[in-house]
Amino acid sequence: MPNPMKAKHQRLVLICIAFVGLIAAGLIAAYALRDQASYFYTPGDIAKKGVEPGQAIRLGGMVQTGSIKTQADGVTIDFIVEDGKGTVPVRFTGITPDLFVEGSGVVAEGRMDKAGFFVADNLLAKHDENYVPREMRDMTKVDVEKVAGTVQNP
Amino acid sequence: MKHWAIWLPLALFGVLFAVFATGLIAPADRTIASQMIGKPLPQFDLPQAVPDRPALARTNFTDGKPKLLNVFASWCVPCIAEAPYLQQLADAGVEINGVAIRDRSPDVQQFLARNGNPYARIGADDVSKIQFDLGSSGVPETFVIDGQGMIRYQHIGDIRPEHVPMILQKLKEAQ
Amino acid sequence: MIAEIALAMLWLAAALAVLQLVLGSYALTVRGAEFLPAVRPIAVVQGVLVAIAFALLIVLFLRTDLSVKLVAANSHSLKPIIYKVAGAWGNHEGSMLLWVTVMGMAGGFVALLERRLNERTMVATLAGQAFVSLGFYAFMLFSSNPFERLNPAPAEGNGLNPLLQDPGLAFHPPTLYIGYVGLSIAFSFAIGALITRDVGPAFARAMRPWVMGAWIFLTLGITAGSWWAYYELGWGGWWFWDPVENASLMPWLAATALLHSVSVLATRNALKAWTVMLAVVAFSMSMVGTFLVRSGILTSVHAFAVDPERGSFILALLAIYIGGALALFGLRASTVTEGARFHLFSREGALVMNNVLLVGVLGIVLMGTLYPLVTEAFDTKVSVGPPYFNPVSAIFVFPMLIIMAAGPLMRWRSDNGRKLSSLMAVPALAAAVALALVVVFAGDIGILPLLGLVFAAGLAIASVLPLWKRNLRRTPAHIYGMVIAHLGIAVALAGMASESAFNTEKLVASEFGQSHTVGPWTIELQGVKPIAGANWTALEARLVARYGDSNVQTVLNPQSRMFASPPTATNEAALLTRWNGQLYAVLGEEGDDGRWQLRLWWKPFVPLIWYGGLMIGLGGILALVGRTSRDRRRKDEPEFEPTAAPAPDPAVAGGKEALA
Repeated sequence: MPNPMKAKHQRLVLICIAFVGLIAAGLIAAYALRDQASYFYTPGDIAKKGVEPGQAIRLGGMVQTGSIKTQADGVTIDFIVEDGKGTVPVRFTGITPDLFVEGSGVVAEGRMDKAGFFVADNLLAKHDENYVPREMRDMTKVDVEKVAGTVQNP
Repeated sequence: MKHWAIWLPLALFGVLFAVFATGLIAPADRTIASQMIGKPLPQFDLPQAVPDRPALARTNFTDGKPKLLNVFASWCVPCIAEAPYLQQLADAGVEINGVAIRDRSPDVQQFLARNGNPYARIGADDVSKIQFDLGSSGVPETFVIDGQGMIRYQHIGDIRPEHVPMILQKLKEAQ
Repeated sequence: MIAEIALAMLWLAAALAVLQLVLGSYALTVRGAEFLPAVRPIAVVQGVLVAIAFALLIVLFLRTDLSVKLVAANSHSLKPIIYKVAGAWGNHEGSMLLWVTVMGMAGGFVALLERRLNERTMVATLAGQAFVSLGFYAFMLFSSNPFERLNPAPAEGNGLNPLLQDPGLAFHPPTLYIGYVGLSIAFSFAIGALITRDVGPAFARAMRPWVMGAWIFLTLGITAGSWWAYYELGWGGWWFWDPVENASLMPWLAATALLHSVSVLATRNALKAWTVMLAVVAFSMSMVGTFLVRSGILTSVHAFAVDPERGSFILALLAIYIGGALALFGLRASTVTEGARFHLFSREGALVMNNVLLVGVLGIVLMGTLYPLVTEAFDTKVSVGPPYFNPVSAIFVFPMLIIMAAGPLMRWRSDNGRKLSSLMAVPALAAAVALALVVVFAGDIGILPLLGLVFAAGLAIASVLPLWKRNLRRTPAHIYGMVIAHLGIAVALAGMASESAFNTEKLVASEFGQSHTVGPWTIELQGVKPIAGANWTALEARLVARYGDSNVQTVLNPQSRMFASPPTATNEAALLTRWNGQLYAVLGEEGDDGRWQLRLWWKPFVPLIWYGGLMIGLGGILALVGRTSRDRRRKDEPEFEPTAAPAPDPAVAGGKEALA
């Protein structure tokens, strides 16, 4: 049977293992976060800086009034997200959240395609009094006048 | 190496604490973001919420007299708490216009019957549209609007007795 | 009146906690020894008082006493009874009361039951527990009083968030809370042992059942929470890497590591400082989780209404308790004596590696959860989701699974690897067979699901190997517990992997009478009709599902519900479970052309995820019961751990020698 290692040695080795493990975890996490975190853009940001097609991002803005169009399949919708500094056409296939209406704020998760369409995997709308998507707290400052013009009640 | 290694967890926690603390301090002003201050009221024209009060539109705020715009709902508990202080403001001669959020007319009537009705006009905002445009993220909230329809001040949460003089002051400044 | 009595109880309990801390600390000094016996009874009474206060809060909710602000804000007279009870903890104030209640009661139970530990360490532990409780008493009494009155009382209450009105969720938070807060006992034991310089097997044995108990509750709570998110949110997913989910996962990871290292300390007298460190980290993660959820610095689907003031309060508590404990650790860790020696290639070594990897995963989850917060400081908004968490944690999880398979087959102290390699051949073979089957029959399913299925097969076999050639009737219950828990991991992993590998989904706008196929199912939409419940109205679809060529028809009724107070809409998914998977149906909106949106999933073997979770919890329960009865039988003699390796080597079986 191999001999257990010397006492002093053992502690040192254990501490080293723990350190190597944790530092590795930290480095891997830090490296992956740079690539894998999805950044938040407004239409204005996209107009100004542009986004690599295919990169996962979140797009936040207002749903332009009159822009929601349901496609023939009944489950795909196209609409336009705007913030007064730019507009982005969005396509989403799925069941929309309850408070997804024209003139309201929305955060879409997805990616830009090569044609300049934003393909959304997921839509987040304000869905109850206790939940506002993090980015939407700032939504109201996104060119209010523009939005104000869009919500006149009939 | 043992000696400093022992203190490493504490150092790591220090970093964590710093992250938390900045996270807490930074968004403090974000949650109370009164982005609409100094901007004109958004356009709106809401239907009547209760039979005995007229409907509410943006044009009601442009007659030259500063007013309060109060966002409330019958299903909202803090609204009950602030009701007496709204009444106090109304008694002081302030014109208060209400917007009932995602509510039903009979419920609003019952709410007003129980808690008093300080409102001059009440509009019904069934889908929270106006609330959203005002930049209000919850109920209740109260806005000070000057005579030209400019938003001068936003009060988030229920009005407590200590807020009454401050709101009167804001109204005076809005003259 | 009830509310005032309850509040008085709470103040009294807080006062007793002060007494417990002061008297306990004094009793540890040279002159105060005569007070040592007084501390336990105080802890017990404190636990009883706070439990009564909590019971009274439930009474207030049952009676829908709307003059109490908390009741008015979170309940409604029309609410079904079960949700009235659940309303008591489904909000910030009530859940904080639940928090101190669990803390107080845990302290009381320790004081009542734990007799093996050195009395001074015991008193130090109870003083530590009182110290931690005090912060939360102060938080509650000064900033979140659950018994505050509302004047005038409203005619009707506000109702409970409809998303929370679900039997699963009613009992999910308390389960999780008992787990979270149960870890406070481990934390206090660690502090107590550091103060009296008494870190050793007796300390580990005293702590073990509490860690085990908290861990069981956490396991079951996380399993239930995942199930809730799966069927209540109607998104078809079972884990979203949401901050609140991560907040419950992180203490679980730390507690899992602690559970294993505390066993090494109890039986082998090794890993002393490491165990103490983990005990501190585990409860710290509970508090960090609470902070993240309550302060609102990270938003999530599950978040309570948030308040920065509360956040600052909890942050201050974090600084005091975690910072204090880590500082104490720094001061005292070097005085902790060297543990028993072992070779790295041994069961201890495997457990060390497993611990390091678990803590690595913990670090990865923590960094991913906090990263949005860090970038926010530089004015960049990001969100971190599955594309980060899944592959990055997998880097640590898969090696951990190998160690998990091999560890229980290794000998304590030192192993030569010969027997291990012959034993591990069997699970390796199972993994290879699984690999071949998947590649041949399923084709390309992605690297992570593939690895998941292969590892699940190997681990399933490896986890029952410790029973190989054992006398099954004489095998102690805790060995069975370990086997079942490890098997549960394999089962859950198989469920997760097949969920992502074999899922089929269909999203359609359907007319009445139209049929759709998803996976092996044919589903016809027959109609949509309005229905009403106690406090909601809904549109309910009638779907008729047939499996394959079978003629058996099953009706599914997904609903989209509208709750009146507060006004909120939810989607109630309809689930149909077969032995080989689950059909999941969600009803969407009606289009302008009269067609209804339907979202249908066929999820093969997905229930294995939660069966696995239940098995892990069950394994924990078996181990807890087995260990406790063993510990009780052999109170004062040092513990002897028979090796789980087959054909025990007589040299290794002499556990006492290693302890000396």
